[in-house]
Amino acid sequence: MPESNVTNILVVGIGGQGVMTATEILAEAAIALGHDVKKTEVAGMAQRGGVVSSHLRFGPKVLSPQIMPGTADLLVAFEAAEGLRWCHYLKPGGLVLLNTAHIVPPVVDIGLYEYPADPIAEIRAKGYRVHAFDAMKIALELGDVRLGNTVMLGAMADHLPFPAEVLLEAIVKRFRARKPQMVELNQRAFEAGRAAEKAAAHQKAEAIA
Amino acid sequence: MPAPSPTISENRLFLSGNEAVARAVWESGCKVAAAYPGTPSTEMLEVISTYPEIYSEWSVNEKVSLEVAIGAAFAGSRAFCAMKHVGMNVASDALMTLTLTGVIGGLVIAIADDVGLSSSQNEQDSRFWGRFAHVPVFEPSDSQEAYEMTKLAFDFSEKHQVPVILRMTTRINHVKGLVVVGERVAHPNTGGFQKNPARWVMTPAGAGKRIPLMFERDQALRAAAEASPLNVVDGGRDRRVGFVASGPAWMHVKESFPDAPVLKLGFSCPVPVEKIRAFAKTVDNLVVVEEVEPLVETELKAAGIHCHGKDILPKQGELAPNVLKPAIAKLLGEPAPENLAKPAPVFPRPPTMCVACPHLGVYYTLSQIKNITISGDIGCYTLGAGHPWNALDTTISMGASMGIALGLDKGRGEADKDKRILAVIGDSTFLHMGMQGLLDIVYNRGNVTVLLLDNRAVGMTGGQPDPGSGRDIHGEPAPRVDFAKLVEALGVKKERIHVVDPYQLPVLFKTIREEIKIPEVSVIITNQPCVLIDDYKKQKPYEVIDEKCTGCGNCVEVGCPAIHVVRREKVVKPSGKEVELQFVRIETSVCTGCGLCVQPCAPDAIVPADPSKPIRLVKH
Ligand code: SF4
Ligand code: SF4
Repeated sequence: MPESNVTNILVVGIGGQGVMTATEILAEAAIALGHDVKKTEVAGMAQRGGVVSSHLRFGPKVLSPQIMPGTADLLVAFEAAEGLRWCHYLKPGGLVLLNTAHIVPPVVDIGLYEYPADPIAEIRAKGYRVHAFDAMKIALELGDVRLGNTVMLGAMADHLPFPAEVLLEAIVKRFRARKPQMVELNQRAFEAGRAAEKAAAHQKAEAIA
Repeated sequence: MPAPSPTISENRLFLSGNEAVARAVWESGCKVAAAYPGTPSTEMLEVISTYPEIYSEWSVNEKVSLEVAIGAAFAGSRAFCAMKHVGMNVASDALMTLTLTGVIGGLVIAIADDVGLSSSQNEQDSRFWGRFAHVPVFEPSDSQEAYEMTKLAFDFSEKHQVPVILRMTTRINHVKGLVVVGERVAHPNTGGFQKNPARWVMTPAGAGKRIPLMFERDQALRAAAEASPLNVVDGGRDRRVGFVASGPAWMHVKESFPDAPVLKLGFSCPVPVEKIRAFAKTVDNLVVVEEVEPLVETELKAAGIHCHGKDILPKQGELAPNVLKPAIAKLLGEPAPENLAKPAPVFPRPPTMCVACPHLGVYYTLSQIKNITISGDIGCYTLGAGHPWNALDTTISMGASMGIALGLDKGRGEADKDKRILAVIGDSTFLHMGMQGLLDIVYNRGNVTVLLLDNRAVGMTGGQPDPGSGRDIHGEPAPRVDFAKLVEALGVKKERIHVVDPYQLPVLFKTIREEIKIPEVSVIITNQPCVLIDDYKKQKPYEVIDEKCTGCGNCVEVGCPAIHVVRREKVVKPSGKEVELQFVRIETSVCTGCGLCVQPCAPDAIVPADPSKPIRLVKH
């Protein structure tokens, strides 16, 4: 647990990727454990392909809904360049869980800007840790791109100040209420994300060794 | 429409500020609620519309929505109206007289200020309307307070027969927190509408008699603010700096300076000056933390209370801890807190139009026409000002494209002699404030070609219905306005009105080219639905045959986000000119098969995708 007793998790990506839903589910898990919880995002025009950043703060008592730069316990990036854009929100040496997908916006396509050549390397160069995996591919292998956010939730599961089962339960509960036929598939996506993250962490460790 | 938030327990819900207000409106026994959608206020009415006990509607604009609420409150029922900050500019005409008549049934007006400009054309401070209209302003700082203050506001409104403004900002509207809620209590409307022309008919004579009553009410409001439990001092040990704060700024102060004394203003207009004066005596420095304008600060200074505010804090944007901490350190002559990490320079990711958006064809076409000036309006189609189209020259406020186009026409100088003037407006925007402007163009014989982009929804805010959509707030069938007949009724000649399919580029191009040549008002109505609303039908995707693609880049200029440049190549043309070729790929997983990009591709490189091939995802 961080010193202030408040856990700060920043989830970022692009409108339409399910960033807000993922954070909502994470919030439900924190609520189920009896925490005070605040969640905020800037998503005014996000469904038009803009950046979405969702701040989640939980603990005994939460005041400001915003995470201060340099204080996030975990950054979850649904897109590679977004991981780079937001990594300064992490505590020094903090961890980024990163989906390797490169989603190129029209301003890059028409040649106005460049997509960073190697966003992961740039994040590491700033002293942060990165566990990277292809969440979209995993989701597609399970049969539905929309499972991507559950894959990302699975990746987070072992980095939270509570057991992974609590998060899985929040996912199951939500789908049971809204789309019961999707419960099992989401459970599998969760486990797949969890495994992919473990493999990525392991790979990194090997690279260091 | 957002799904209602999950029930955490019977009476403890995880709600956004907007959802919390909606819940409180319902619990307060409110009967009528109206709004025009606008970020960050939209969800209040969306959630209210799910309560069967409340009559709810999307009005054509904020002034009408306030008028509907006023009528209900005159009739003795509780009424609610929500809008974003710029909406109050539109509704203010009704507000400024409502302040004289007052109300019978409680009337609460929730205004959402877009502090930080997440999706608005300006950043304005709606607390001014409280001063301007002599009405009280309540300022919640999170969901729980938004819920509680809404309920208090209804009671207060009835007690003082005055409308109450609930001032919110993006950081309350869209922040979710835990809220302890109660149950609905029916509000009996006993009397019905009571005839009383001296009160309800504001002729100059009638209004003149009400003004002294308004000043009397001001006294009562001031006393209420001084005594209100919404204005509380939260003591702290560190007396070097004491804060006066309201709204989310209060949260940020508490977060940043847990040991400092803070006077929280929940009922912030009129300002409880005496309470603040007493508080000021207990601290070394008084700092007023308010988003956006220095309203309270100015009033305190006028009352002779020494304080800091905008001399040390920014006049724009949110006052989050990373802003507050360094400013206060500087005031105290302390070293600035450790340098906050700097963001990496990454390309911007501005909002884009959707894949297959019917506006793409319109802006692609406009970008191909030379010697025109285009006045734009508020809505998704404002994005046409961006890349790759660069097809808008002005955007001011909702509905303004019409009048501005007429002004560009009448006020043209020698240099613009041969320029054609176009105005672009959406269906909802046209119904909101555009109709009157078009009438003015017709009446004053302007030479403007109007593009009325009817996508049957308020697209930018999430596809809410309007009178052009054929549905009401509940999604039930409703009369659908006939835009061609409507503009004809405004005086546009029948032969100057065209309804075109924006996916048929050659027809669209020809129609625009012909109409801009004719020196009178023309209206070109495009008629394809927003891709985000339910009735949009996806077709089979297209793909690019690599061998056939010449890299001309024509399809890139259409601006569909499903088209990606995968390779660039510089070549020297026989003329000696160097050009950059752009070879493309279509992201088949998101392409809806609208066929737009197929049309400008000369070598027919874009063809229906081979269904046996795996669908193409984003680049990796
Ligand atoms: S057909 Fe072309 S313009 Fe239409 S959705 Fe597909 S890629 Fe976009
Ligand atoms: S318009 Fe056709 S030829 Fe030109 S870049 Fe696009 S696909 Fe290639």
